[in-house]
Amino acid sequence: MLAAGLDWSIFLQPSFDQSGNYLTFLLTGLKWTIYLSVTAWVIAFVFGSFVGLLRTLPNSLCVALAAAYVELFRNIPLLVQLFIWYFVFPEIIPVLGTWFKQSVNPLLQQFIAATLCLGFFTSARIAEQVRSGIEAIPKGQRLAGLALGFTLLQTYNLVILPVAYRIIIPTLTSEFLNVVKNSAVASTIGLIELSRQSQQLGEFTSHWYESFIAVTLLYGAINLTVMVLSRYLERFSRLSGYIGGRH
Amino acid sequence: MFEFDWSSIPGALPYLAEGMVRTLQITFIAVLIGIALGTVLATLRLSKSRFLSGVAAAYVTIFRSIPLVMVLLWFYLLVPQLISRIFNRPNLDIRVLASFVAFSAFEASYYAEIIRAGIQSIPKGQFAAGNALGMSGFQTMRLVILPQAFRRMIPLLLTQAVILFQDTSLVYVIGLQDFFGVAYNVGNRDGTLVELLLFAGAVYFVVCFAASNLARYLQKRLAS
Repeated sequence: MLAAGLDWSIFLQPSFDQSGNYLTFLLTGLKWTIYLSVTAWVIAFVFGSFVGLLRTLPNSLCVALAAAYVELFRNIPLLVQLFIWYFVFPEIIPVLGTWFKQSVNPLLQQFIAATLCLGFFTSARIAEQVRSGIEAIPKGQRLAGLALGFTLLQTYNLVILPVAYRIIIPTLTSEFLNVVKNSAVASTIGLIELSRQSQQLGEFTSHWYESFIAVTLLYGAINLTVMVLSRYLERFSRLSGYIGGRH
Repeated sequence: MFEFDWSSIPGALPYLAEGMVRTLQITFIAVLIGIALGTVLATLRLSKSRFLSGVAAAYVTIFRSIPLVMVLLWFYLLVPQLISRIFNRPNLDIRVLASFVAFSAFEASYYAEIIRAGIQSIPKGQFAAGNALGMSGFQTMRLVILPQAFRRMIPLLLTQAVILFQDTSLVYVIGLQDFFGVAYNVGNRDGTLVELLLFAGAVYFVVCFAASNLARYLQKRLAS
């Protein structure tokens, strides 16, 4: 059914938008997938760290606010969140929303909405990981830091976080893989990332199998690259006395 | 200031309910088949045969490295071809069937990992005890290991079901009208997309928040 009809030369034909051939067409999608994943992950890392940290502070208001943040982003489907960022916020935010709709280039509009959506969605997950990383550090270390006269900020900065972040490196990298996979949802608002390009390629050439196989392999390649890089990162950052570290 | 207009929601409730039925349909079928297939994959993965555990591992790895959007598109492409080969039913909605198959196959890879961890959490002595009592490997698995493993896994299985319930909204990419699809269409039709999207978000939130709290409660009860 399959092997007979595949025609890989399709990737050398000029693409319908005249931007190059279908190979460069897919690589444009790959480029946007990577841009989107990296920027979203940076947002997620910054906000997730902040919220995760709040959840471990000795202040019940901070803990409750951080918990509400996590629940909000975790209990609404990513697709609904994306549509809210893209269709709802520009309508209901006065001035800035109007400017966004009228003056920002459409591709950039899609990119910004998708980045913020993915970033905040993922930040709630990273917050939980940061929290569990911090909670994995024995309480005595926090007390020891405070007893040595460090402020709470110094204790976090110099004692807890350096180890907590090392503990969660594996989950942070697998979260990056999740961001890459979730970025495919941005195709629904028309962002020309990898899965959107594969759909367009299929529609214009009817070579669906070639298109889907190529894109699936590209996602696999991203996965593999990130996994290899994360192994290096883990090896590079390990501490003696901890799991996987030198003794 | 933006003026909210919620007036199109009451009239659309029957359609929204129909959409919700479809959403729940996909969720339940994918949970059932996903757990069944996931159990098979998990036991294969833990089996002594290198070949079988390799096949199961490959299945899980492949499905976990592809975006769900692509999985849905793949099955939307493949299912019609398979169907026309097996039996001929023109009145069958291909999109519904494709979404059932795609979600079941996709979720199986996630359930397989949960179930594998559950099986591995049962002390090894129980396998030995089963064997010592004269049970076969299959009997030990079915009568001794799995009942205990599943009891421990209930909260995780439920959490995964909540994630799946949210993910079913992605049938939007193959044009199927689930709860979210209906909400989007009603909003587009009446020019009240803002309100309908916020409404959909609120409904998902209430359902998922309740279910995840139930999972947390079960986890606590099982732990004590």
